[in-house]
Amino acid sequence: MFNHSEAAIRQTRRTFLGQGMAGLGTAALASLINTSSALGDDKSGPFPNFAPKAKRVIVLCQAGGPSHLETFDEKPELKRLNDQPMPESFTKGQPIAQLQGRALKCYAPRFDFKHYGESGQSIVSLFPKMGEVADDICIINSMVTEQINHDPAHTFMNTGTSISGRPSMGSWVQYGLGSEADDLPGFVVLTSIGKGGQAQPIAARQWHSGFLPSRYQGVEFRSAGDPVLYVQNPVGITAGRQRDVVDAVNQMNALRQPALDDPEIATRIAQYELAFKMQTSVPSLMDVSGEPQHILDMYGTQGADGTFAANCLLARRLAERGVRFVQLYHRGWDHHGGIERSMQICASEVDQASAALITDLKHRGMLDDTLVVWGGEFGRTPMAQGSGRDHHIKGFSIWMAGGGIKGGIKHGKTDELGYNAVEDIVHVHDFHATMLHLLGINHEKLTVRHQGRDFRLTDVHGHVVKDILA
Amino acid sequence: MNRFLSSLIALVACLPAVWVFADQPLHEISYSRDIKPLLSNSCYTCHGPDEGTREADLRLDVRDVAIDHAIAPGNPTESELIARIASNDADLQMPPPESNRPRLTAEEVDLIRTWIAQGAKYDEHWSYVPARSIQIPQDNNQSPIDYFIEQRLAEKKISPAKKAAARTLIRRLYFDLNGLPPTSAEVAAFEADPSDQAYQQTVDKLLASPRFGERMAIHWLDLVRYADSVGIHGDQEWSMSPYRDYVIQSFNENKSFDQFTLEQLAGDLLPNATREQKIASGYNRLNMITAEGGAQAKEYLAKYAADRVRTTSTVWLGATMGCSECHDHKFDPYTIKEFYEFAAFFADLEERGVYSGSSRSGNWGPEIMVPTQEQEDRLQQLDQQIAILEKELTTHTPELANDQRQWEADLPEITTWQTLKPAKLISKPKVTWNSLDDGSLLATGGNPDKPTYVLEFSTDLSKATAIRLEVLPDDSLPAKGPGRAGNGNFVLNGFQLSVDEKPVPMKSATASHAQDGWPANGLLSEKPSDGWAILPKVGQANEVVFELKDDLTLSPTSKLTITMTHNYGSSHAIGRFRISMVDAPRPVLAGQGVGIPAKIRQIVDLPEDKRNQEQQQALATYYRTIAPRLDQAREDLAARQKEKKQLNDSITTSLVSVSTTPRTMRVLPRGNWLDDSGEEVQPGVPGFLGYDLETGDQRATRLDLANWLVDRRNPLTARVFVNRLWQLLFGRGLVATADDFGSQGSVPSHPELLDWLAGEFVASGWNVKHIIRLIVLSDAYQRSSARTADQKEKDLGNSLRAAQSKFRLSAEVIRDNALAASGLLVEQIGGESARPYQPPGYWSHLNFPTREYQRDQGDNLYRRGLYTHWQRTYLHPSLAAFDAPTREECTVRRNISNTPQQSLVLMNDPTYVEAARALATLLMQQGGESPRNKINFGMQAVQQRNATEEEAKILLDIYDKHHAEYAKDNEAAKKLLGVGEHKTPENIDSADLAAWLSVSRVLLNLHETITRY
Repeated sequence: MFNHSEAAIRQTRRTFLGQGMAGLGTAALASLINTSSALGDDKSGPFPNFAPKAKRVIVLCQAGGPSHLETFDEKPELKRLNDQPMPESFTKGQPIAQLQGRALKCYAPRFDFKHYGESGQSIVSLFPKMGEVADDICIINSMVTEQINHDPAHTFMNTGTSISGRPSMGSWVQYGLGSEADDLPGFVVLTSIGKGGQAQPIAARQWHSGFLPSRYQGVEFRSAGDPVLYVQNPVGITAGRQRDVVDAVNQMNALRQPALDDPEIATRIAQYELAFKMQTSVPSLMDVSGEPQHILDMYGTQGADGTFAANCLLARRLAERGVRFVQLYHRGWDHHGGIERSMQICASEVDQASAALITDLKHRGMLDDTLVVWGGEFGRTPMAQGSGRDHHIKGFSIWMAGGGIKGGIKHGKTDELGYNAVEDIVHVHDFHATMLHLLGINHEKLTVRHQGRDFRLTDVHGHVVKDILA
Repeated sequence: MNRFLSSLIALVACLPAVWVFADQPLHEISYSRDIKPLLSNSCYTCHGPDEGTREADLRLDVRDVAIDHAIAPGNPTESELIARIASNDADLQMPPPESNRPRLTAEEVDLIRTWIAQGAKYDEHWSYVPARSIQIPQDNNQSPIDYFIEQRLAEKKISPAKKAAARTLIRRLYFDLNGLPPTSAEVAAFEADPSDQAYQQTVDKLLASPRFGERMAIHWLDLVRYADSVGIHGDQEWSMSPYRDYVIQSFNENKSFDQFTLEQLAGDLLPNATREQKIASGYNRLNMITAEGGAQAKEYLAKYAADRVRTTSTVWLGATMGCSECHDHKFDPYTIKEFYEFAAFFADLEERGVYSGSSRSGNWGPEIMVPTQEQEDRLQQLDQQIAILEKELTTHTPELANDQRQWEADLPEITTWQTLKPAKLISKPKVTWNSLDDGSLLATGGNPDKPTYVLEFSTDLSKATAIRLEVLPDDSLPAKGPGRAGNGNFVLNGFQLSVDEKPVPMKSATASHAQDGWPANGLLSEKPSDGWAILPKVGQANEVVFELKDDLTLSPTSKLTITMTHNYGSSHAIGRFRISMVDAPRPVLAGQGVGIPAKIRQIVDLPEDKRNQEQQQALATYYRTIAPRLDQAREDLAARQKEKKQLNDSITTSLVSVSTTPRTMRVLPRGNWLDDSGEEVQPGVPGFLGYDLETGDQRATRLDLANWLVDRRNPLTARVFVNRLWQLLFGRGLVATADDFGSQGSVPSHPELLDWLAGEFVASGWNVKHIIRLIVLSDAYQRSSARTADQKEKDLGNSLRAAQSKFRLSAEVIRDNALAASGLLVEQIGGESARPYQPPGYWSHLNFPTREYQRDQGDNLYRRGLYTHWQRTYLHPSLAAFDAPTREECTVRRNISNTPQQSLVLMNDPTYVEAARALATLLMQQGGESPRNKINFGMQAVQQRNATEEEAKILLDIYDKHHAEYAKDNEAAKKLLGVGEHKTPENIDSADLAAWLSVSRVLLNLHETITRY
């Protein structure tokens, strides 16, 4: 579907590539545009369709599936029924993961909840810092998803389907809106491993562009080694000598343009410039030594050390530089056993930094147009699995903040045991529709033709959750 | 243009069918070509094949229904359809605004109006009717391909581009047919004689080259989603490389495509299936699979089934059957029932929904061993030697009888294991321990990562021959233990006994059970990562017994210390254990009790003359297992058995299809695997393609499906395949949507040519090389890819092929090209996948188990790109940057992008830095004396031409500048020259080489170097 001359289809939108094209000669540009218009898939744009509330998104992905019952969904009745059989009316015929074929017993929430802020949001006492920003966040307690195992559930959360090969939400947003970053990719992924629970494997599929061109793909920023793959010069090559090589390549490519009649040459030249810029911009982004101590303290990090806290700080720095979509992974939330201890560990790694990100963005006046999302790929069972909980998809919690979201509210409910979402149910597709809406995109219009079908992030579903909009 | 006559006369003469050229007047509107794409896109969602979403009982895809309601043939003004699609009234207009389907333009409405006026004739979708027999006029003296291409160009009054320059053409041909560039000498020879004859000879040479199969495999492996890992969650490795080699070999042998089809879909079902055919049947096993804990088998079996339908229907039929997993197809006549009938062909495969493998040799279902000839020979030798030794060990001799009597006399008292209670137990980091009544120790509280346990004991035993570690379950541990990992497992990496600070050497370690890949003798290994683990036997007791090398003499004051180390991490520490020692006759083995078995002891206790023959035999048999006289034979046998096992383990395996009782398949309503209410289905093919299976009452098999796919009556298979060949050779198919031949796909730019090629393909016996040869010998293929303004104006997208196309080389070929240019390429067909340089830590997000990529050494660093280890969730980043697909799903067309990451790879990936160094070395050694000559040598290496003066100046400038810099900073030069394993000659000047390396980097980064024109 996309061949190389597609390069210009979206040249009106600023993409990572798009900026590089600014230097193209008008003739090359005209020919590119003409070629691409023949493909005619640009009809659903341009985006945004309407005035956006959010300009960018930061997703704090808690991989492994944090328990809603130990975070944002208080269930006194579950406490009362501790160790008693789970009523069969809840579980009969339901998909079950590791508890297949085992006795199903209620498991009381391990921690008390407290009421925080003027809104009095009830949040687990393990998250006192998130409690401090309770009035800024909208807690959704009625999430549902369709996939009960980690890998497909992540894929579903990121792409709206469990089938591989489809674009991730960050790629969709890039595709629709492009990037405002001059010398950084518009979609950046950062990961950290927690100490509690087993570290979830995270496939590159989660930020892949699927059938969209690969420039919409998320670029992973790493805390060890090259911060972006191959971004560092080979040993013995100074920035000056690298510059010489880039200059020579670009000059020689330009010389061949007339003979070869190849519009890709102009793009190639622009990409070498951009690559060279990245070699400086990426390390400088990752270098937090200029951050004042009180900021480091607020996040609870010493610097860029690959922790979730450090990544939250980097997320803010990326947002400041116009990066459109930032996704952070904390990989330690799969608490089949020892949930009590593991929750404490995860809370110590995540609570302060998540809250600090909200506070920091707010101080800088950026929270209003930055959508922050906190949550995992599913929740956990009200039933015990030894000293932990199994995967659960029929009701779980996430929160959203900033970027057009009404703070200080709870949306939706699960039943008294926290099994089924029963009120104002928010499906993953609805979440996607809402996120796109906040970015000024009608989720039904953001389509791409692939194998004869117009694909959407929301497939053929999705409703904007109007109640949570500011 | 007469050259084709000679090559085609023979061909035309043997064509079986009568070719009739269907000359349709251009102005007649065709439903399938002109109208259906419009209706399909705008109307079929609600008025098409899918009953589930049909509105107002109206369907426009079936003429009988349409003319009943909406269309009055011959009378557009009476047709409701026209009234609706032309309306501007929001209440009336179709499609309704809220449907998000595109409105038809005024021109499109006019077209439909005219079509209705002409009688609203429905013809079937072009790809669902058999390819027409097409005859080339007798007086045509050019390639049939050019006949069709030039006819269309003439219609549009477009003059074709001239023939490409010799260098461009020969480079194109080499890249297209072999995926590697020609040498400078090959280009020079062709430039000297660019005759048709020389060209044809080159074509034949390249088709005969083994590189041809490698090149074709790159594409085929994308289609069938070949990879070296399972793809889901832990993305563990599996072993499939023999399948990849089968593909290469098949293309090289020019195996007919129908046979190629049969072998892959049903190689295991062919009579007397050969090993090769079984390997081919691995096609059915290439879908992603899971080993994630807690996955439900039924759900994943449904996923695998759907994956096979998506892939098989796309590869052979160009069909998007995947769309009918949940409902009838919206645009094409595939029903949901047909989807599950198609899936039912594969229901006989022996497979599991959830696998339990954790490594390459893991448990991934049916596989076969694929030994090399050398391995096969050695195995045979070993089997013979093992037979001889086994005979020796079972033969009773008088000497053995004597030994046995002596042994009986010396037999010690029976001893039992003495539990050792530690006086002290220190854990680092700290662990809290409970001492239990049975002498075992139970860890509680925090579970630090990678703890070491140090225990101190004393004992009353005066002598010991073995020490035992029991790991015991406990309800307080995850999954009841005995480990502290979530699944009850642990990995113990070290177990060291010391007496008075002196380490005690061990003879052997045996375990009652050890997990695959984690044997007990891992505890004796020097490697910190080796160790003992026990999956799946968690939640129960296990033991490991260490037999001491020498008998250990002890006193009550002896201080015994045991150090147990855990290096694995992820909570994998032992949670409950007990230590004991024994003085017992050797050997002392786990799970066998100590001393001699009770039954043998009873016989020994009988006086010799009271033993019956059976008892005598039992005793002698037992004795032979421990007789010192047979130590050598036993050792030899063990050594050979070990070698045999090692050899067996080192033999490459390949997953294959094995047929078993078919699972029940039923329609899953809305694709929901939990819903058993759907109707049960048998294997079946889509009904609308005009012919059925001929299996009668017999259940149809995969072999029947394969035969159906390559039946001459199948309208899709041949077209789909030749179209993909065209795509490989022109950058885009005659049907641009090579992955979708349905209503929503593009219509062919040259329908007659496509049909002619498809007919020719089948008539030639599905001869792949024949079709490729025909195409590359055409004028159309050989044209320049530079286009004139006139051509661009009249045919923007070049769909009429007045010129060739230009496109960037594929990911693998970019790598191959750099290695070839620098002389580093190591050509070897097939074998295990290779592991070139890859940035450290790239796999850090993998788990179950965690892994660090181990790159290869030596030759394997320089293999062609298609042999690169294909890790689905983390494809090698250099390949990924250049749009190589992850192969999680079938890929028919790769994206061709142009990104800054590509620049970073070509500039900074050690593979390319090393290639630049090797090229710099070559041009210093072989490039002649003057720098200008060296520049030409370098340009010849990457583009097979000399550098122009302007280019040379740029390159000489960077050479001079960097030479001066490196002369001053020789350290920098030496560092740079240290990138990569390839050896630099010692006597070479490092500043000079580093400066030429800069020049070579420029050359390898040039756009033309990585583009096929």
